[in-house]
Amino acid sequence: MIRILKQIFRTGIVTESLPPVSDPELEKIGPQLEEAIKRRFRRSLAIRQVDAGSCNGCELEIHAINNPIYNCERFGIHFTASPRFADMLLVTGPVSRNMEIALRRTYNATPPPKLVVAVGDCGCNGGIFGESYASLGGIDKVIPVNACIPGCPPTPTALLQGILRAIGG
Amino acid sequence: MIRLKNLVMNVLGDDAKEDDSIAPSSVMSLIVPRKRFAEAARALKKDYALLAGEWAADETAFNRGFGVYACYRREQEYLIVKTEVPVDDTTFPSLTKKFAAAYRFERQIQSLMGLTPVGNPDDRPWIKHEDWPADAWPLRKSFNAARTMPRVPGEYRWIRAEGEGIYEVPVGPVHAGIIEPGHFRFQAMGEDVINLEEKLGYVHKGIEKRFESFSWQEASRLAARVSGDTTVGHSLAYARSVEALTGTILPERAQWLRALFLERERIANHLGDLGAICNDVAFAILLYQFHRLKERLLRTNLTLFGHRFMMDQVVPGGAAVDIDAEGIKTILAEMDWLAREFERLVIIYDENPSVEDRVRDTGVLKPEQARDLCVVGFVARASGLNLDCRIHHPFPPYDRISVNVPVLISGDVHARAWVRVEEVRESIRIIREVLKTLPEGKISEPVGAPVPDRSGFAAIEGWRGEILYWVQSGPKGEINRCMVRDPSSVNWLGLEQCIHGNIVPDFPVCNKSFNQSYSGNDL
Ligand code: SF4
Repeated sequence: MIRILKQIFRTGIVTESLPPVSDPELEKIGPQLEEAIKRRFRRSLAIRQVDAGSCNGCELEIHAINNPIYNCERFGIHFTASPRFADMLLVTGPVSRNMEIALRRTYNATPPPKLVVAVGDCGCNGGIFGESYASLGGIDKVIPVNACIPGCPPTPTALLQGILRAIGG
Repeated sequence: MIRLKNLVMNVLGDDAKEDDSIAPSSVMSLIVPRKRFAEAARALKKDYALLAGEWAADETAFNRGFGVYACYRREQEYLIVKTEVPVDDTTFPSLTKKFAAAYRFERQIQSLMGLTPVGNPDDRPWIKHEDWPADAWPLRKSFNAARTMPRVPGEYRWIRAEGEGIYEVPVGPVHAGIIEPGHFRFQAMGEDVINLEEKLGYVHKGIEKRFESFSWQEASRLAARVSGDTTVGHSLAYARSVEALTGTILPERAQWLRALFLERERIANHLGDLGAICNDVAFAILLYQFHRLKERLLRTNLTLFGHRFMMDQVVPGGAAVDIDAEGIKTILAEMDWLAREFERLVIIYDENPSVEDRVRDTGVLKPEQARDLCVVGFVARASGLNLDCRIHHPFPPYDRISVNVPVLISGDVHARAWVRVEEVRESIRIIREVLKTLPEGKISEPVGAPVPDRSGFAAIEGWRGEILYWVQSGPKGEINRCMVRDPSSVNWLGLEQCIHGNIVPDFPVCNKSFNQSYSGNDL
C-alpha cells in the first residue's frame, strides 16, 4: 500500500493543459470544450463509441483521450456503455457490410437529439478500404453524420478538437 | 533446414515434388497429390510439427485451378505443402482431424474461396456471414469485388447447451467498451461458463481481395492498416515477403531500424495491455500509470518518426524514416526513464494480493491445449510453448541479437501478463543494443519487379506473435494473392478454450489478457 501511495505522490498530476503542441489556435480547445459542454449538455457529454469496421488504429487514439495526460473527463466527456444514454456516437471505420445492421441498430437505439461524428479517414470516406463487396465506405453511407474528424488515425488533440466542432463550441 | 521436407518425402516417396515457385531458400515447399494431402499432415504431426497456417489461392490465371497450401513449423523450419485442386472438383481433404487449428482456416477457405474441406465437421461459414449468398466467394478471380453483396435470409447455427438452469448470454457485436466488434455467446449455469462460442467477421473489409487491386508499393499502406495496433509488424511481414519474392537485399541500416520500430511497438502495446488487465480487475491506478508511460513513447515516435504508431515507416526495400544522433540520444534517455518507471509499477502489480487473487488460475490455457490449437506469441509462451520467430526463425537483425523470452507453464491471466512484463524488459535491452550497433548507410533499396507465378513467404514476430504473409505474383507480375495470417487467427481459439469453468464476470480480464485483433482476424 505504501508503494501505491508513494507512486501516486511521486507521479503527481500529469494531466496537461491542452494541447501539448505549440499551436495557439489549439490552446483554446480545452476551455472551449468545457464551456460548450457546460452550456449545451449540462456539464456532461456522453459518448458511445462504435467500431463499424476500423483497423483498430482509431480506437487506440480514442483510448488515448481517456489517458491521464489528455483526461477528457475533466471537460465533462465520458464514454458510456449503452447507446441509450448517449448524446453522441463516435463512429470509426469504413462501415463493413457485416456491421451495417449493427450500426443502424445502435443509431436507432440512441435517443434523439443525437450527434454522429465520423472518425478517421476511413470513417470520413472509406479510406484505403474504399467501397467494395465488404466495405460500404464512409459512415455517412449508412447513417446521417454531423461532423468528420479526418486523420489516420486522428491524434488525440484532433479528436478533442473535432468533438468540440461537432457540439458547435 | 530440410528435415521437415525429408520427413514428408520419406512417407510420400515420389509423390511429393519440390515446388520451385517459392522464392526464398529459407522456406521449403512441396507439392503433393490431393489424396495424400492429409497424410503429409499426419506424418508431420507425428514428428511434432505444428500447423502455422492453411490457405488457398485461385490459380486459374495460370490454367491450374486452385492451390491449397498448408504451412507447418518445427523449431527453426517452415515447410509449405501444396496441393492442386481442379476447377471441376473443388474439394480437398480436411486437416482438422490432425490439427484442430485447421478448423477455422478451412471454414474460411470454404467461405471465401469456395473449396470444400472434406472431413471438416463444421460447414458453417466463417468470416462470411450467414446472410451472404452461398455462392459468393470473394477470393475467386471470377468474383467482382466492386459488386454490392446482396443479403439473403439465413441463420447461424449456434452450439447449444441444454438442461435445467442453463442460460445463454449473447454479447456483441457492439461491446460496452471502446473495443472492436465481435459476438460472443456464453452458455452458463449459475456463474460458471459451460461453453463460449465466438462469431467473428464483423470487421471483414475485404483486405485480401483489395490487395489484388493494388500495386506492390501501394499495398504496403494496406498492410500497415490490417490491424492498426500492429502496423509495424504487418508492414514488416508484408515487406519481407515482397523482398523474398523479388530477391531484394536490404541495406544493413534498414534492418536495424526496423527492429527498433518493431520493439517500440511491442513495448507500447504491452504497456497498454498490462494497464488494461489491471483495470479489468478493478485496479485502476495501474491503468493510468501504464498508459502514462505508453503515451510518452507514442509522443517520441511522433517527434522522431513522424507518426505516433510509426505507420508506413516500414516499406518494401527498407525503412521510410531515419534516425540521427540526437534521436538516438533521446531514445536512450527515454529507455533509462522507462526502465526505472516500469519497474516501480511492476512491483506494485506483483505485491498486490487483490490483483493476484483475480489473475492467478484464471483463464487457464493448458500446455496441451496450446499445442493442440497451435497458438502463437505470448499466449503460447505463457502456456509452455517456446515459440518466437525472433529466436527460431530469426530474420535480420535478430540473427545477430540474442533474444531471451520467458516461457511459463501456468497458462493463466497472470502468466500472459508476466510474459509481457519480461518482454518489455527484454525489448528495452534490445533497443539499447540496436542503437549501439546501428550501422551507417542507406535506409532503403529499390525493389525490382517480380517475375510471374512466383511466391514469397515471410514470418516475423509482432507483439502478439508470429505474423505470416505469403504473396504470389500473377501472369503480369502483379499481386495475384496476398495471404495474411495474423496471430489472432489462431489465438482466438485459445480464448474459447481457456474460459471453460471460469465465471462469466472474469471473461473481460481473460479476453484482455489475450487481446486479440478482430480486424487482423476478419481481414
Ligand atoms: S483511419 Fe486509419 S487508423 Fe483509422 S481505421 Fe482507418 S486505417 Fe485505421
